[in-house]
Parts: sequence; structure tokens; C-alpha cells
Amino acid sequence: MAQRTATPAAPAAAAPPRRGLLPGAGSRLLGLCLLLALTVAVCALSIAVGTRSIGLGTVWHALWNAHAPGDETVIVRQLRVPRTLLGVLAGAALGVAGALMQGHTRNPLGDPGLLGITAGASFAVVLSIWLLHLNSAAGYVWFALAGALLGSVAVYLVGSSGRGGATPVSLALAGSALSFLLFALVQAITIRETTALDAFRFWVVGALAGRGSDVVVQVAPFIVVGLVLAVVNAPALNLLGLGEDVARGLGQRIWLARAVGLLAITLLTGAATAACGPIAFVGLVVPHVARAVTGPDHRWLVPWSGLLGIVFLLLADVLGRVVARPGELQVGIVLAVVGAPFFIALVRRRKLAAL
Amino acid sequence: MTATAPTRTAARRPRPLQTLRVGPVSATYRRRDLLVPVVLAVALVLVSAVSLGRGDYPISTVDVLRSLVGLGEETDRFIVLELRAPRIVVAVLVGIALGVSGALVQTFARNPLASPDVLGVTGGASIGAVAVLVLGGSSLSGPLASIGLPGAALAGGLVMAALVFGLAWRQGIDGYRLVLVGIALSAMAQAVIRYLLTRSDIQLAAVANVWITGSLNGRDWDQAVPLALSLVVLLPAALALGRTLRVLQFGDETATALGVRVPLAQGVTVVVAVALAAVAVAAAGPIQFVALVVPQIAVRLAGGSRPPLLASGLLGALLLVASDLLARTVLPDSFPVGVVTAVVGAPYLLWLLVRGRRRSTL
Repeated sequence: MAQRTATPAAPAAAAPPRRGLLPGAGSRLLGLCLLLALTVAVCALSIAVGTRSIGLGTVWHALWNAHAPGDETVIVRQLRVPRTLLGVLAGAALGVAGALMQGHTRNPLGDPGLLGITAGASFAVVLSIWLLHLNSAAGYVWFALAGALLGSVAVYLVGSSGRGGATPVSLALAGSALSFLLFALVQAITIRETTALDAFRFWVVGALAGRGSDVVVQVAPFIVVGLVLAVVNAPALNLLGLGEDVARGLGQRIWLARAVGLLAITLLTGAATAACGPIAFVGLVVPHVARAVTGPDHRWLVPWSGLLGIVFLLLADVLGRVVARPGELQVGIVLAVVGAPFFIALVRRRKLAAL
Repeated sequence: MTATAPTRTAARRPRPLQTLRVGPVSATYRRRDLLVPVVLAVALVLVSAVSLGRGDYPISTVDVLRSLVGLGEETDRFIVLELRAPRIVVAVLVGIALGVSGALVQTFARNPLASPDVLGVTGGASIGAVAVLVLGGSSLSGPLASIGLPGAALAGGLVMAALVFGLAWRQGIDGYRLVLVGIALSAMAQAVIRYLLTRSDIQLAAVANVWITGSLNGRDWDQAVPLALSLVVLLPAALALGRTLRVLQFGDETATALGVRVPLAQGVTVVVAVALAAVAVAAAGPIQFVALVVPQIAVRLAGGSRPPLLASGLLGALLLVASDLLARTVLPDSFPVGVVTAVVGAPYLLWLLVRGRRRSTL
């Protein structure tokens, strides 16, 4: 049975090229440095540009002098800097989590919410709105985080309890079944309680705005731990990509690699979702873009996905502030509407490196 | 993975193939391939019959039967024939269409997470419907509501699917590229829907929220008849694809070597799957659970290496009719069936996974 069922994935994976745009380690490292510089530039852009036009000199001054007079200092220090920091954290978290998720499930449709994380967070948020009448993004954070953790633990328990253990397919199916269940409950609540829908519809689009520095401080430890675990997990993920039997033969402890990876995904996605709401696009699409450059080697893919995630998220956020002045478009919407055509152009231009 | 000779694999197969010979024509089948659809069909008929009699105004079985043949009291006839029957017919047809469409897409993409969503149908249809609801505003009533809304959904679904297909086309269709283009466009569609929801009046947002969950409330013969006509054409086409799909799952190269014209087969599969999903979504909204999860439940019931088409369709229909019955009788006023479907079906799949012995990839 095992022999017969293990084969169907192979032909699909064998067809597309397994090399990225930058084949050599030197060129990948150089590219990574350039990407880092780009990330810094985008952060600067995110601090400098906003609904209210503030001169570059004033922004610079406000950054270094906490007690400079005027509204500009408050805007820069209390709105734009925390928002940019949150963008950095969330972008890196979602990009890396997406790369891990697609690697662990060996599925191009694997988005980091697949483990029931987004669904768990959404359910917890809608409950907190409905039962406790919370209505601020900062108030949801702990509920969303707890919901995300519970969701992924439940998915892992169900997915690993079958005869074959925690295989990619059983995890993915358990995740989608539980997500459907929880989202159905979310829908049930929002259909019954229009006031809950009214608050929930603004959380669910995904945004960086209106989360103060306290939210950044709350989620930062989770994301930092998750990023470290992800880097540790990357070499093991390369081995797992050869198939579980081969990985075991090469001395890899399968369950440990899976557990570390799933913990990293849960921490990263849970914290990012708790802070910003569900932003599916980064986790789903950024790893494909990164894989086009680096190929399927996760030691490169993970850092590239993280930095690209930051760049995508912050650029979309800046764009959202500029296009609809004096209002704003939420980053989740801008990302998908601008990012999708970009991604499609990339898919059409070349055969993307497969998983 | 290990080099097992094909003959040994065949010998270890749990159920041997049955052979049917009628004159020069012969075919092979497995017993479960026949047994599971028959059991599902019987269950579907039973649940539908129960559903005809139950509701806010219970009607006895005898009166239901009399009404069906045109006898009985006028009130009973009206309730059975004009209120309940069309709704059940829509539920059955939508369930069949979504189940078969999901099974087609999952086999085509060789991916258990693929569904008509990946082909853009659901996203496009939802944009069409939500845009009509939100932009049409409170003036939406009469013919615009009964024809405009499904029409917009159908048009949106087909346009989006054509877009996905067109953008993924480069000297042929590659399954992997199609899936990637599909997820990008679906993400975009989701974002547009959420944006429309944040921009609209909360009352309209609530109506749109019900639509994107999938609902059978107020469906009558106007929806049932076009749906039935489409299925008369599409369903035989889908079932006729079954043999080709069985070969396609071995990979494009193998299928070509076995004499399948792969681009043509893939094109026909996608078109049939899109059309099935589009007509279903136009009638009842996107009941996503049926298209994504029902084929996976069906493959666990029926065995085999890919989602069975007929069993997926029948199981989808059974699930929808049963959920609709629950929604009408047990739950408080007119809950959309999309919610109930997932709440009933998801625990079942979870249970199958917990006790399941399959390690299958599809």
C-alpha cells in the first residue's frame, strides 16, 4: 500500500525545473545583501510616507529627538515607527512561515493558515467580539494568539493520530477540515449577530494601521523565537524533501523535524495573524517568488522569503496610504490586488522552480 | 518507493477486480465502485423524502405522496410542490455539481487541496454577486434580484475562470502553472470581496455575508430548471471523462505514452469542472466545503486512488439535503446551509482521518 500511494506525487514534482534564477551560493549571498538593502530602504519609505505629508528633514529630526515639538513628532514616533516595525515582523513571519508550510506539506497550495491557525484565530476573535464586546485590534491580540495555538494543536493531534502518523496529506486535510468547521462557526456567529460582523469585517481584511507599539512588543518575542526555529529547521526540511524514507535513512529524526517546523509555523503565523489579522497572500505567494530565485534549497529559501515578505508587506502598506488619501486602503487588500498580477506575470515568464 | 514488481503489487491488492462480459463488450469494476454509489443514492432518496414532509408545517408521508401525484389538499400541494420540492431539487443538483466538479479538479491537479476555487470560479462568482448586492443597494428587488444576482454570479465565475485559464495558457496548460495563477487570482478576488464588505452599509454586508456562505433560502423552480438542464449536458460529459482521468493521474508523460491526448483531456476536464461549479454557485452561492472536502470523504468511503466522480456527486447531494433538513427543522430561523454543511461534514472527515489507515497522496 505504501509503495503504491507514495508514487503519485513524484511525476508532478519532477516536471518543472528544480533550479532558481541564482544557481551559485555567491550570487545568492550577493542577492540576499541587495535584498537586505532594499528592505532597509522600504522601511525608510514606510516611515517617511503617509497620509500626512511631512518633510524628510522633519521626519529625520523627529526620529532622533523624542521631545521635538509638534504633531509631526507624535505621528512619526507613535504611528509610523510602530507600524513599520509591525510590518517588518509580520512580513518576515508570514514569508518564512509560508516557506516552511509549503516545504512541510510539499504542496504549492500550502498557506501558513492551513494548520487551522487562521481559522482558530478568527474564531477566537469573533468570540471575543461577540461575548466580550471587544472592538479594538489591540484587544484581540491575546485571543487570536490563543485561538491560533489551539487550532494548530488540534490539527496536529488529528493529523498525526491516523495509522501513518503526521504525513503532509493527513495534516493538510485535517487542517482544511478543521478550518472549514471553525470558519462555519465564525459565519454562523456573524450571520446571527450583525454587530459582530460589523467589527469582524474590519479585522478580517488584515491591516497594519491602528496597532500601537504595545502590540508590537506583545508579538515580537513569539516571532523572534519562531524565526530562530525556522532557520534551525531549514536543513532538515531539505532532507524531508527527499522523502521520509530517504530522510530517515540519512539519520534525520522525522518527528523532531516536523515538530520544530510546525511549532515555528504556529508561532510565526499565530503572532502575525493576532497582530494584523489574516493576510493570506504573503505566506502563499512570497515563497513561490523566493523559490523562483533560490531554487528549492530551504537554507536560502527561508531568509529570502522572510526579506521578500517584509518588502512586499511594507510596499503594499505604503501604497495603501498613498492611493486613497485622505483615507487608507488596508494592506491585505492592496497586497492581493497589486501582488496578484505581479505574481501571475512571474509565473508566466518562466517555469517556476517546483517544490 | 522500493522496486516492487507490478505483478506483486497487483497480487497484494485488497479487492480483486470483477469482470463483466456482455457479448463482445467487457469491462472491469470493483464491487465498492458500485456498492457505494448505490448506498448513497438510496440514502439520498430517503433523506429527500423525509425532507419533503418536515418543516414548519409537517405533512404526513401519505399526504406528501398524494401531493406529489397531484392529489391531496391544495395547501399541502402548494407547500410540497412549490416550496419544498424545488428547494430539495436545487440542493441535490448543487451537491452533485459541486461534488463532481471538486473530484474533477482534484484529480486533474493531483492535489487534495485543489477545488473549483483554484480555477477562479468561486472567487469570480462571489465578486459578481457581492458587487450586485452592495452596489445595487436597497433598490435590489423583483427581476433584478431573481435573475440579476445569479446571472452576475454565473458571469463572474465564468469570466474569472476564463481569465485563470487564459493567463495560465502558454503553448498548452501546465497543471502546476494553472494552480499558481488560480491561487493568485483567488486571493485577489477574496481581497476585493472583503473590501466591498468593509465599504458597504452593514445591512447589505449582512445580506452579502449570507450569500458568500451559500444558502438555499427561497430557491424555487426558476433556479432548479436551468440547473437541471445544465446538468443533463455536463454530468454525462464528466462521467465520460472518468476513464481518461484514471490514466491522467499517472502523470502527463505516462498518459501520453498510453495514448491519451493530454492537452485535450486537460482542457475538457477544466471546462466541464468550471461549468459545473459555475452553475452550482450561481444557484446557491459558493458552498466551498462540498467541492473541497466531499471528494476526500468519498475517496475514503469508496477506496481507490482518486476521488470517485459519481460517489462524490451523490455524497455532496446527500450532505446538502441533510444539512438543509437540519437547517430548516432544528436550527433557528433560516440558517444558510453552507454553515451547516461544514459543521456536519467536517467532523466526519476528521473522524475518518483519526481512524483512517490510508496514507494516500490524493
